[in-house]
Amino acid sequence: MNDGRLRRLILGDAQANRVVPPSGFTAHLTLFVSGAMAFLAVFALALSMASGRLADRWASELARAATLRINAPAEQRVAQTEAALEILRQTPGVATARALTGEEQAALLAPWFGSSLPAGSLPLPQLIEVTGDDQGYDAQGLRLRLQAEVPGAVLDDHTRWRAPLVEAARSLRRLAWVSILLIGGATAAMITLAANAALAANAQVIEVLRLVGALDSYIAQAFIRRFTLRALTGAAAGVALGMIGVLLMPEASDEGGFLTGLGFQGWGWLVPLMIPPLGAVVAFAATTRAATKRLGELS
Amino acid sequence: MKRRLRGAAVIELENVGYNYGGGELLNAVSVQLAPGSFHFLTGPSGAGKTTLLKLCYGALTPTSGRVRAFNMDVQGLDRDQMAFLRRRVGVVHQDCRFLDHLPVIENIALPLLVSGRELSHEEANLNELLNWVGLSERAHALPPELSGGERQRAALARSVILSPDVIIADEPTGNVDWEMSQRLLQLLVELNRMGKTILVATHDLSLIRAAKNQVQARVLRISNRQLQLAGADL
Repeated sequence: MNDGRLRRLILGDAQANRVVPPSGFTAHLTLFVSGAMAFLAVFALALSMASGRLADRWASELARAATLRINAPAEQRVAQTEAALEILRQTPGVATARALTGEEQAALLAPWFGSSLPAGSLPLPQLIEVTGDDQGYDAQGLRLRLQAEVPGAVLDDHTRWRAPLVEAARSLRRLAWVSILLIGGATAAMITLAANAALAANAQVIEVLRLVGALDSYIAQAFIRRFTLRALTGAAAGVALGMIGVLLMPEASDEGGFLTGLGFQGWGWLVPLMIPPLGAVVAFAATTRAATKRLGELS
Repeated sequence: MKRRLRGAAVIELENVGYNYGGGELLNAVSVQLAPGSFHFLTGPSGAGKTTLLKLCYGALTPTSGRVRAFNMDVQGLDRDQMAFLRRRVGVVHQDCRFLDHLPVIENIALPLLVSGRELSHEEANLNELLNWVGLSERAHALPPELSGGERQRAALARSVILSPDVIIADEPTGNVDWEMSQRLLQLLVELNRMGKTILVATHDLSLIRAAKNQVQARVLRISNRQLQLAGADL
């Protein structure tokens, strides 16, 4: 597109815009579709960003965390715990190692057995919380050493359940992006239909314009600009409503889990603002294609 | 105004034939419109007058033969080239072909608009043209509000606004009374005196006779799918 055409498209030409009569249902259809699709896109984007954050957090936090379980008879438990802590202090890549108190262990069981659980009277294994540093530690080497020196110790580095969780979060993010692409495709299809209907309804206008020497690019531009601006307006309204909807969702909390974390954070709030211009680009491309095809057929 | 020197034909049909759904409407039609010439095209209804005019400005493609306009083969023009051709050929359609949602002044200015001219710079010309065709008072009326004669004059004004080399009029006096047809004829004669090439299709022989004293015109007649010169020059 040359500079002049781009300028005319953005700034418009009030006289040229009047050449094509205002159309009823295609205008409303384009506005509604753009608005509805932008609204859905905001939520898909929020889902994508939230699941992305979750995947990153799980991947980084769980990768460094591990739990050491000391399954030993009551009389040996303290000694084995001390031995295990000593080994962990000597292990490169282990940042901290801390034995959980009886109250902390009881709190972990509370969701299943209630808060009145007499944890002290039960033969519970001692749990040690292990946090790795940025370099990480050799889990296999640590297991072998613990096996030799602390027979009741079992190291759980969360690998077994961490990987599927991270993969699930990443799948959710991919799904959200696929949804955004489908929303874009559906928008393009609906705007193409609306543009075709408008072009068909204005076949006589097009004929008159051609008879007085209008270039096809001039005729197409009148339709393209109209549909692009409608899509931009509709998408802006849809994004505004979508962002209000996201804003009204409960803030992230541990109790609420994943659902309450659905939304944008920091600069992420600026990302939905890209939807209206992208919607306009989709409308521009769809109407250009429809107009070029239709004008070719009318020749 | 000084008449243009006559030279090569601005529009030339060479052995042109045209078929409508199997039936032959025109056969081996040849004609040349010299610059500044005035031609009437006559013949019975359905003889092919409108078809021949459409062939002249590229709205129809001949099934045989060749149409040339301004030394260009019309069949070989792409859509953009065709648009530029139509800016050089002003056409007054039988049914006028207006955009009914635009007022008369904007319909007349349509060729200026589509050719990218700034209308604010053309205001004086537009007013002069409206005055010339006697529509100054009706400039802001919508086309459906105009009488038959007013519509024809508005269509004529639109056809000349880009100062085309050729003006083609299809039955311009078909729906108007005698007085109005004389006024339209007068406008066409004035345009011819300005050097424009005029081709008018009409079945109204009284109009042709009335033109006798005003302009040197040739009368072409379509008969039996052929084009013939109807007698001597008027």
